[in-house]
Amino acid sequence: MLNRLKSYDDLLAMRKSGNKKLKKDKVKVSICMTGCRALGAQEVYEEFSKQVKKQKLQDKIEVVETGCQGLCARAPVMTIDPPDAPSIFYGRVTVDIVPDVISSTILKGEVIKKLCYAEAGKKIPYLKDIPFYSRQNKIVLRNCGIIDPNSIEQYIGRKGYDAFAKALFEFDPERIISEITSSGIRGRGGAGFPTGLKWGFCRKAKGDIKYLICNADEGDPGAFMDRAILEGDPHAVIEGMLIAARAIGSEKGFVYVRAEYPIAVNHLRNAIAQAKKLNLLGNNILGSGFNFDLEIKMGAGAFVCGEETALIASIEGKRGMPRPRPPFPANSGLWNQPTNINNVETLANIPVIIAEGADWYKQLGTKNGSGTKIFALAGNVKNTGLVEVPMGTTLREIIFDIGGGVPGRHGFKAAQMGGPSGGCVPEEHLDLPIDYESVKAVGAIMGSGGLIVMDNDTSMVDISRYFMEFVQEESCGKCVPCRVGTRKMLDILTRITKGEGCRSDIEDLKEMANVTQSASLCGLGQTAPNPVLSTIRYFMNEYEALIK
Amino acid sequence: MKDKTIDLKPVAKIVSEYGRDYEPNLIAILQETQDVYGYLPKTVMKEISKLTDVPLTRIFGVVTFYSQFTLTPRGKHAIKICNGTACHVRGVDEIKEKVKEHLNVVEGETTADYKFTLETVACIGTCFLAPVMMVDDRYFGKLTTDTVTDIVKEYSN
Repeated sequence: MLNRLKSYDDLLAMRKSGNKKLKKDKVKVSICMTGCRALGAQEVYEEFSKQVKKQKLQDKIEVVETGCQGLCARAPVMTIDPPDAPSIFYGRVTVDIVPDVISSTILKGEVIKKLCYAEAGKKIPYLKDIPFYSRQNKIVLRNCGIIDPNSIEQYIGRKGYDAFAKALFEFDPERIISEITSSGIRGRGGAGFPTGLKWGFCRKAKGDIKYLICNADEGDPGAFMDRAILEGDPHAVIEGMLIAARAIGSEKGFVYVRAEYPIAVNHLRNAIAQAKKLNLLGNNILGSGFNFDLEIKMGAGAFVCGEETALIASIEGKRGMPRPRPPFPANSGLWNQPTNINNVETLANIPVIIAEGADWYKQLGTKNGSGTKIFALAGNVKNTGLVEVPMGTTLREIIFDIGGGVPGRHGFKAAQMGGPSGGCVPEEHLDLPIDYESVKAVGAIMGSGGLIVMDNDTSMVDISRYFMEFVQEESCGKCVPCRVGTRKMLDILTRITKGEGCRSDIEDLKEMANVTQSASLCGLGQTAPNPVLSTIRYFMNEYEALIK
Repeated sequence: MKDKTIDLKPVAKIVSEYGRDYEPNLIAILQETQDVYGYLPKTVMKEISKLTDVPLTRIFGVVTFYSQFTLTPRGKHAIKICNGTACHVRGVDEIKEKVKEHLNVVEGETTADYKFTLETVACIGTCFLAPVMMVDDRYFGKLTTDTVTDIVKEYSN
């Protein structure tokens, strides 16, 4: 039963009851029901629930559907939390083994070795001992894989919406903005613009109506952290939006989400409905007089809509094409009103900053980037999955210590960072502490945090052609440099990969890259040449070998 | 010819749910309409234009801009093969060829019996399972040429 919360005291009372539900008097079995569904998590969950019922163990075992637990390489995964012993992590769980898990692990406390994570031939049963987990610092993913994303009670039980209440009753909007500004957080969507500054522009802009948009159009191939946050902890994003709305003075928000993410859309829709029922969204929230309403807008498949002005056009029901800036959305955005747009991961950081304070947050990370960053680790790496580490962590730590290194005999060649707008980082820069500026200096970008590991069997010219093909297809065609530039570069790259390249190709590529970079209208075109330039910079020998 | 037999009642119902606030909801209206008809036939787009006062040229412009919309009938099942970076690195091309061979179509086409439509998508965000594809709303990960054959066969029956 969800009743309207009329005051802060009501929220506190609900936290108490939510907390009770999280109390460990039973063995909690958490099963990832998002990404892991692709490898049969649904069936495992159903079997588990069936067995618990059949063996009448409801008083002993609680089965919880959670979001992503991070170590996707071992999917489908589950965590078993006994009331008085460390958590056990199991991977590659099948339906057949479920009765064994109940009878041995849960009832007798015996570990099933073949389900355990292994490193260097050693089985590691406890989650706290697995380097993949012990070396991470989960701030944004604090609830992901732990709570049931469809339960607002569990979110509130873990101090959810408390930061919002603080921002609502203790802070005025200026104080919220100054807190966010001094925390040093920068946009996690790619460009890295200081969030507090952005909010300040929108607050100061003249206009009766102000809009707040959450950009959940995660389009970079290789990035999936926003999907995981929306699927695993949707209320964190809603809470971040509530705080942002109060700061800039907005009463109406939108979440623009990709239609290719059905589970994320579903969980978000459910979370919004629950928040409305509790009056955490709507009019006179918690009796404060503050109003905020939230609506989902579904994307329809266009990468360019991740760009702010194109995204706005799409919400207005038009073709999603960018327009020149200024005017910036902060002054004239959605329906020509002041509009603030933040990315999912950025918004999920906000409640933590307000709850713990800017000074606490600043301790994490580097001078150029405070806080943590989530990386989506994929490609030729052992522990594919989601990794959250403080800014300033080195690539070597992420790929080798946490990621478990490169499987097979080929060995590490490069890490692709930032997707089609980014570049490849070769072995010589593995010890670089990662933040916005340092990554840029070596020719890649932080981007949204996609991190694809490539082994020595990968052709870098082929990768460069692959990204160019992607941006060429996704170029909206509005401006000439991007429309023609990406086409011409793709033609040359295709020719080279077919072994039909000629000597002047490299110079032509560089020249066209330069023009496309400097003359394109929006970020898509301006960054499109990055993969080409970075592969030419570090792997020129591969181009030469193909051209000869 | 075929268009004349199309029942336009669902269009009226969908449009009426959006009050008079049509323009900003055009994409949502088109998405719901496509869910009903499986694609966007010309007569249906004309009907939307008539009911909403949004010019047909604008509707056509929006429909052809976004990759989700289609002007031709689709198969019963949509196979979406992921073309993301991780899938590319992990050899999705081989998987794609195998599916094409089974269905005897190329990307964007529908099989003659209208059972399958084959599409490629930029990234479905499950890179840890690469190579991946989706059949309707179901994910299939860590594909090999053998497993993909089984999946296609399963959906064929």
